[in-house]
Amino acid sequence: MPAEILEPVHTHPHPTSDPHPPLPRLDRALRVGIGGPVGSGKTALVAALCRAFAGELRLGVVTNDIYTTEDADFLRRAGVLDPERIRAVETGCCPHTAIRDDISANLDAVDDLEEELGRLDLVLVESGGDNLTATFSKGLVDVQIFVVDVAGGDKVPRKGGPGVTAADLLVINKTDLAPLVGASLEVMDRDARARRGDLPTVFLSLAEDKHAKPVADWVRHLVDHAR
Amino acid sequence: MTAALLLLADGRFPAGGHAHSHGLEAMVASGRVRDLDAVERVLIGRLRTAGLMTAAFAVAARDGDPDRLDAELDARTASPALRTASRRQGRALLRAARVIWPDAPWVRLPAQPHQPIVLGFAAAAAGLTDDRTALAAVHGVATATASAALRLLGLDPFAVQALLIRLAPELDALAAEAVKGDLARGAAPLTDLSAELHATWEVRLFAS
Ligand SMILES: Nc1nc2c(ncn2[C@@H]2O[C@H](COP(=O)(O)OP(=O)(O)OP(=O)(O)O)[C@@H](O)[C@H]2O)c(=O)[nH]1
Ligand SMILES: [Mg+2]
Repeated sequence: MPAEILEPVHTHPHPTSDPHPPLPRLDRALRVGIGGPVGSGKTALVAALCRAFAGELRLGVVTNDIYTTEDADFLRRAGVLDPERIRAVETGCCPHTAIRDDISANLDAVDDLEEELGRLDLVLVESGGDNLTATFSKGLVDVQIFVVDVAGGDKVPRKGGPGVTAADLLVINKTDLAPLVGASLEVMDRDARARRGDLPTVFLSLAEDKHAKPVADWVRHLVDHAR
Repeated sequence: MTAALLLLADGRFPAGGHAHSHGLEAMVASGRVRDLDAVERVLIGRLRTAGLMTAAFAVAARDGDPDRLDAELDARTASPALRTASRRQGRALLRAARVIWPDAPWVRLPAQPHQPIVLGFAAAAAGLTDDRTALAAVHGVATATASAALRLLGLDPFAVQALLIRLAPELDALAAEAVKGDLARGAAPLTDLSAELHATWEVRLFAS
């Protein structure tokens, strides 16, 4: 296998130089939405961020996954988050209604976390696995990360859709699988740039990077600026 | 005021309703509800119990004592899971209504109010009459159940809509009944049991 395929590709602009105007100072936790197709690695990213921020930030997680206790169990078994810091939201078969059109149950879950645990620095909201058109309402999250994976085929960034084109950060996960599925990271990088203009994209293998370093850096930067 | 009624009653009004099946998910899983005919019977049952009760309490809440009405609703809802569902929907509706009508007297509501009580306050804030408050309430119960059935059973959406239209005279009649002020309402034990069973599941699509 040629080494450059396995190396995470560094894309520009640098992930910590967000082209958006800075977020206003918040008197509550920064809320970050994590969306993307089924199985792309959203929960794995949540786990990695919990690991990265352990002992550093006060964290809460809201999951819209249908297998909620499974996800909560996963995070607990991985030893990355107390179950009391995780809230589950049922979406009645409407995963994107719950994060976009009618966000009340998710807002209630965020409020409950902050009420029971006191002041938090960061709340991660994982959407249910959906398709490329699902995005979060700005009434629910301050910024959103869209996670796609290499195993879904290198055509995904080219397809676009609001998740790929407009998310504040695009994560292309499972780069370790690229050689196995014959996906070209170069093609994905080129297409992501074409779709996203100045918005940042990072390549990641959560199987190898258990702390999701580039994503954690991006989030840390935002948390620092919001408080 | 007609437009206000349509907007408040619209299924897209962001008040959390899409996540509730009120026991229907468990009825479908048990095989008791499989097709449109069964959905029709469930719908009629829900309308004559929950529909009428929601409407009667929403109307009463417009100028009644919200604390007392809230307690009375609690007493009429046998299933703890459905009481929780009603309070969660009340919270969601209140969240939306506070933004939409910031000057309405929300402070008079009890903590974690039941949905019909908040609905009565919201209808008053929207300037709806008693009749229209009742209509919005029964309509909400009908469409919420029908929409959950559509998603759970993959029914033909045209057939579901035709069923709702066929039931429209029943909705009108129930709304007319609800404004008379009688709060003693019937119950649906099988719905209560289904909702209780549902609440014990580890994996579920709907919140109730
Ligand atoms: N090889 C490889 N597998 C990964 C990587 N990241 C996640 N996975 C695996 O992919 C599978 C799905 O990951 P999840 O984190 O559950 O994905 P998800 O997006 O939360 O899935 P849903 O919530 O069901 O939509 C799991 O088996 C993970 O272990 C990666 O970088 N490389
Ligand atoms: Mg997940």
